[in-house]
Amino acid sequence: MSIGVVVFPGSNCDRDVRWSAQGCLGMPTRFLWHESRDLHGLDAVVLPGGFSYGDYLRCGAIARFAPVLESLVDFVASGGRVLGICNGFQVLTELGLLPGALTRNRSLHFICEDSALTVASNRTPWLQGRSLGEALTLPIAHGEGRYQCSDDTLRQLQDDDAIALRYLNNPNGSVADIAGITNKFGNVLGLMPHPERACDPLIGGTDGRGLLQALLG
Amino acid sequence: MTLQRFQARVLVSLRPSVLDPAGEATRSAAKRLGVEGITKLRIGKAVELELEAADEAEARKQLELLSDRLLANPVIEDWSLELHPQSTTSA
Repeated sequence: MSIGVVVFPGSNCDRDVRWSAQGCLGMPTRFLWHESRDLHGLDAVVLPGGFSYGDYLRCGAIARFAPVLESLVDFVASGGRVLGICNGFQVLTELGLLPGALTRNRSLHFICEDSALTVASNRTPWLQGRSLGEALTLPIAHGEGRYQCSDDTLRQLQDDDAIALRYLNNPNGSVADIAGITNKFGNVLGLMPHPERACDPLIGGTDGRGLLQALLG
Repeated sequence: MTLQRFQARVLVSLRPSVLDPAGEATRSAAKRLGVEGITKLRIGKAVELELEAADEAEARKQLELLSDRLLANPVIEDWSLELHPQSTTSA
């Protein structure tokens, strides 16, 4: 059982993910360089936060063409679990594995703070066992986290019960307070908050543990 | 086969339904500058390209693919394309 952590040029949360998954939670991890196509032996993959390829053009727009992501599309189709955090969420939408897009925060500010969230769906393994409306606090740190999608896509997300997490006090102007969504099948989760920064009671609490544990759960 | 040279410009703009906070901020700055009467200001991108292709149809085909799959994200952006043959004297 092992978790792959993708490393793009410009990723800066890859080591945080390893520290929390392996150091705090004892789950084996392996770094995946963006040019590798080899996902052999992995049960789950994390796309970490940061600024992949400098986020040139649009956040995640260039990362989407990385060789490792060609393999990831097959990995997802065969049911592998994929967690996209912050920039990783942006990459998943650019790649088309999740619908919608992440755009500039309404306030134009980069927001770095603890964010109060509620569980909007407990259908998927990521939030199984939690009750609907349950509160959790995770840090956010982004300039482009305003979730945007068409009315049709929003309806589809609601019909599929694919809205996983909502903001309590929508900090960035996201449509329908959306902080994180899954695909229909439920094996892919993208979210702007950083669960890997909330795995140690000494720094930032432990509300992120469950989301990471679901990688191998 | 001889290739022709083309100049192109792709304009990428936010779709009308998408909020443009940077455009709104710029509009308020315009007011502070004393420029009145601006009722709409939306910020996009202009991408200038030079390319070689067998003919104009082929060049257009390549640029449409590029615009749709890379330069713009159709979820939030629209794009338009200007394409001109480059004069051979300047080549």
